[in-house]
Amino acid sequence: MSAGTVRRRALVWAPLGLMAAGGAGFWAMLRGMRDGSYDPRGVPSALIGRAAPGLALPPVEGTGLPPFPPEALLSPGGPVLVNFWASWCVPCVVEHPQLMALRRRGVRILGVNYKDKPADAARFLERHGNPFQALGADAEGRGGIEYGLYGVPETYLLDREGVVRWRWAGPMTPDTVSAELDVLLRRHA
Amino acid sequence: MRRLILALVLLPSLAGAVGRPSEMLPDPAAEARAQSIGRELRCMVCQNQSIEDSEADLARDLRRLVRERVVAGDSDGAVVEWLHARYGDFVLLRPPFNWVTAPLWAMPVIVLGLGGLAVWRMRRRAAAGPAPLSDEERARLSALERES
Repeated sequence: MSAGTVRRRALVWAPLGLMAAGGAGFWAMLRGMRDGSYDPRGVPSALIGRAAPGLALPPVEGTGLPPFPPEALLSPGGPVLVNFWASWCVPCVVEHPQLMALRRRGVRILGVNYKDKPADAARFLERHGNPFQALGADAEGRGGIEYGLYGVPETYLLDREGVVRWRWAGPMTPDTVSAELDVLLRRHA
Repeated sequence: MRRLILALVLLPSLAGAVGRPSEMLPDPAAEARAQSIGRELRCMVCQNQSIEDSEADLARDLRRLVRERVVAGDSDGAVVEWLHARYGDFVLLRPPFNWVTAPLWAMPVIVLGLGGLAVWRMRRRAAAGPAPLSDEERARLSALERES
């Protein structure tokens, strides 16, 4: 077989090889999407590794919970979760049991009630229980933008110096807590 | 009927978010600046629209914020940097040039270079003409000629 024939054969197979490589890549992406290791919409938070933005939020009337002072975010003295939620948000209902379980374990959670009516927020906490140590009202959504929020629920983990270490966009599931958050809570305890 | 439905579906997107008078700044120059800034910023929930084009709640909030900053006298760069600090590179519809995005920006040049190289090699081979026959081929040729 001359060199030219070999080359021509290789050229015939090249597109097939390219298709196969593309197919394998696509398959890996689909598999990653199913087991959660690959998220095409997931964008890392710009805040990771930086000091958490301070928030000065008013209390949510009717909940009886204190608002948190800006110092609570600047130097929490231990790991603390900042959870953005709203009573109108269905995924927040899904996430709530995880927040309650974390609270029972002694994890401090600061709540930010995002674009909500205070009466609705109070009713939500009455029905589902209150996981928050303190709760601030972000009626206009300004606080959310300070954190680079996409939507609710969204959760940020701050270490004892108030540096953002982790962000979870969307509802935290029991898997999220056991696979990611537990390790981080122990490391920053 | 189908056309009517299509028109009805497309109409709201054509009407766009930009022209909503209640959102616009009274000063036309400031409004134009705010719009040009907003067109460079990605709506994070709809991804392929700028915040000026999107009807999403978050886009509306960001539009309002951009306008506030413009009125407060921030430069265009300061407004964009303010959002960039919170939402990262992804908020910029025109990605910045850094080592992560370098392959992205360099790709057209690389592909053009590879194409140019291929064309150059093909032309050179065509200009050189066919290669002379090898001894083996010459023997086969003479055998064929003898047969005929």
